[in-house]
Amino acid sequence: MSSIATALKVNPEVSVSHSASPMKIVVVGHVDHGKSTLVGRILNETGALPEGKVEYLKEVCDKRGMPFEWAFVMDALQAERDQGITIDTAQIRFRSEARPYVIIDAPGHKEFLKNMVSGAASAEAAVLVIDAHEGVQEQSRRHGYLLHLLGLRQIAVAVNKMDLVDFSQARFEEVKAEIVAYLNSIGVEPTYVIPVAARSGANIASVAAETPWYKGPSVLGALDLFEPAKPLTDLALRFPVQDVYKFDERRIIAGRIESGRLKVGDTLVFAPSGKMAKIATIETWGNVASAVSAGAGQSVGITLDEQIFVERGNVASLELHAPNQSHDLKARVFWLGKGPLKVGSRYKLKLATAEHVVDVVAIERVIDVEDLANHQGSEVARNAVAEVVFRGKSPIAHDSFIDNPRLGRFVLVEGYDIVGGGVIAEASSDEARNRSTHVTEVPHKVDAETRAIANGHRGGVVWLTGLSGAGKSTIAMEVERQLFLKGWQVTVLDGDNVRTGLCGDLGFSDSDRVENIRRVGEVAHLFAEAGMVVVTSFISPFRADREKVRAINPDAFHEIHVTTGLDECERRDPKGLYKKARAGEINDFTGVSSAYEAPALPELALATEGKSVDESVADLLRYIDNAFSLSAREQANGWGL
Amino acid sequence: MNDLDALEAQSIYILREAFNRLDKIAMLWSIGKDSNVMLWLARKAFFGHVPFPVLHVDTHNKIPEMIEFRDRVAKEWNLPLIVGENTEALAAGMGPHKGRVECCTALKTEGLKALLAQHGFTGVIAGIRRDEEGTRAKERVFSPRNQSAEWDFKDQPPEFWDQFKTDFAPGTHLRIHPLLAWSELDVWRYIERENIPMVDLYFAKNGKRYRSLGCAPCTGSVASTASTVAEIIEELETTKISERSGRAQDKESEDAFERLRAGGYM
Repeated sequence: MSSIATALKVNPEVSVSHSASPMKIVVVGHVDHGKSTLVGRILNETGALPEGKVEYLKEVCDKRGMPFEWAFVMDALQAERDQGITIDTAQIRFRSEARPYVIIDAPGHKEFLKNMVSGAASAEAAVLVIDAHEGVQEQSRRHGYLLHLLGLRQIAVAVNKMDLVDFSQARFEEVKAEIVAYLNSIGVEPTYVIPVAARSGANIASVAAETPWYKGPSVLGALDLFEPAKPLTDLALRFPVQDVYKFDERRIIAGRIESGRLKVGDTLVFAPSGKMAKIATIETWGNVASAVSAGAGQSVGITLDEQIFVERGNVASLELHAPNQSHDLKARVFWLGKGPLKVGSRYKLKLATAEHVVDVVAIERVIDVEDLANHQGSEVARNAVAEVVFRGKSPIAHDSFIDNPRLGRFVLVEGYDIVGGGVIAEASSDEARNRSTHVTEVPHKVDAETRAIANGHRGGVVWLTGLSGAGKSTIAMEVERQLFLKGWQVTVLDGDNVRTGLCGDLGFSDSDRVENIRRVGEVAHLFAEAGMVVVTSFISPFRADREKVRAINPDAFHEIHVTTGLDECERRDPKGLYKKARAGEINDFTGVSSAYEAPALPELALATEGKSVDESVADLLRYIDNAFSLSAREQANGWGL
Repeated sequence: MNDLDALEAQSIYILREAFNRLDKIAMLWSIGKDSNVMLWLARKAFFGHVPFPVLHVDTHNKIPEMIEFRDRVAKEWNLPLIVGENTEALAAGMGPHKGRVECCTALKTEGLKALLAQHGFTGVIAGIRRDEEGTRAKERVFSPRNQSAEWDFKDQPPEFWDQFKTDFAPGTHLRIHPLLAWSELDVWRYIERENIPMVDLYFAKNGKRYRSLGCAPCTGSVASTASTVAEIIEELETTKISERSGRAQDKESEDAFERLRAGGYM
């Protein structure tokens, strides 16, 4: 190695006063409420402007024949000065006595929301500027909403242009009440609401004489009270693979640790492959002592003890705390595309270093950031926010945004452009299933009443539950035959029959049983809606599953517990299953190696022991007749008599 | 992690993204302090290798010490150096006497464009920083340039959560800015920490030093007694003189630098 490269020495005396990263503050708000002026003022008051800058800007303003404009400090582009608006976000540094800052001035014009988001997404805290005269406006709310969506929790509000309302406390309180109410409704408690006149500097760096009634800090004081972002080393390890290098004999897996820590000797599991290997080394360059551990924020390179296949987009974690993996993602999306986001559209989704092709399968709700009302829709317009369900072609390793923001957020790419961002909602398995709730139900023109009158009986579900061998299928088939002979619309859904078709992809694990019952429940209710009496015959051992089926339409659900006891069922053993289960040939057999949870309050408890099949059938038919028949009066009303 | 560690990690992440996502990239090397730091970071990011060409656009007006430094370091670090120039404009006698903005455009911007076209680069890594100047304060880390290398600063792509624009139309290219978040002071503190070699012109002699290096006719020195890195750091902690105050081409008109940059200047 050359003399230059080896002459390195690490100087331990790096000046301590700079060892903290500057705090990143974003200034947002409606167009023309004075964000750039406020920022220009802060820079001036903290001595951050280079010598001659103010004189230079005075000249610029004189040339244009206008009074001095603080905003020109930030609005460096000709077009911005000409139009008097901020077009793109700018970042400028300053120091208070407490610490260094990077201040991000974000445009308030609706047109430039993508620039506002670009600035705000990297900030640790925000100042929301509101014009005392105009009060809370559309972009004030939108920006407040987006800050919260982006994960920002520290927001101070500057009620600006107080000089235009004669520093009126009453007006200040009005504006304050309005914005605080809005922020509270989205879960934000502003740290301070400060009356400000940026143009004259009131309450910017020191507390102003014009507002003796205000007891809080100045804007600068409020900034100094923000808490710095906490490091993500406490969260579970997430190490997305950025690249794999083979410049020399080493095969280095490079990436940035997004959260948590790793150390030599740790066993990593890589999503989505599930492959595992131990960290052999953490590679470094230069005269840095070789590292044995590294934490969140560090860009590192590691080698593994085994040559497993790893590529960009994989996510390494520790085995016990792996990220979620699913094809579906439910997320809150802010849409920046020129055209709308639509159901059925396909996008590239970039999450950490991974890229996935995803389809929009549902837009669950479009959120109006003005009044926070929810709307149904099949499109999300530019600059709008919505809850969207995406489906990937391959499983997507992710966390919910709340659990781990780094793996809980993504951007969408359409063509060559980033067109939106999203934060991933917490997904329960139920939510994942109920992904089609966006479908707007088309009302039937034949209603349940009309069907009932035509059929002479109501539709509904007669849900038989009980142990294997209890007699459910035998009873169900005979009930079906007898009702059919009476002219009723009736069918039976039977366990074994359904499992050859509708549920042919499911086994008998607990989760598959849950899904089996869910599907049968949905199908049964569809038949019931069509006016039929649906008799179902499933062991359906778990109470919670039956309750979910009931919940689809409680009025049309009738739970019938076929109470035959285990001894009797095992004695009957019509299919020889108990024998096999006792011999250990069948796993998870209800009553033997898996629990049966009897209904607490069934609509009917149907005893079979000591009774003939015909007697049990007659008992059930009596119940059905009572529960489903229309009275003479109802029929008469129905025919308009 | 202290602030320099954080800046270093972020710059390495950006360099690795550019290397992975783009087919043909190159790094601009102006021989100035920022691009020397950037080169250093590249060697860290790729464990001692610089896996892409290092471009130097020669205006034939650079201060001789800079060219000497370039050739020495390129050899010592075994850099894949490519030197380019706008031969046509140089032959036609282009120089600052024809207007500083015109000269910069012809010799630097057009010189760079010719290099890009010749080698088919789709990504150019440049060491600009947000704190240098107002229009650079509005830059993106991955900043698209159209077919004429122009910067559309009125319609920049969104960029957040370190998800950068890496898809772009054929014929266009990206400028990648790994040092965007660094300040002048950060750069010098990092130079001190890592002991990165610098051109001697930055260190004061006879009460003067260069704060920003460019072409000889347009780069002025500033009054200073800072003759070591530590003294420069001390000086920068208190100065209120802007970094590019010695750069004449910025001052031709209010929007001189904006026009330069929109046209494809770094």
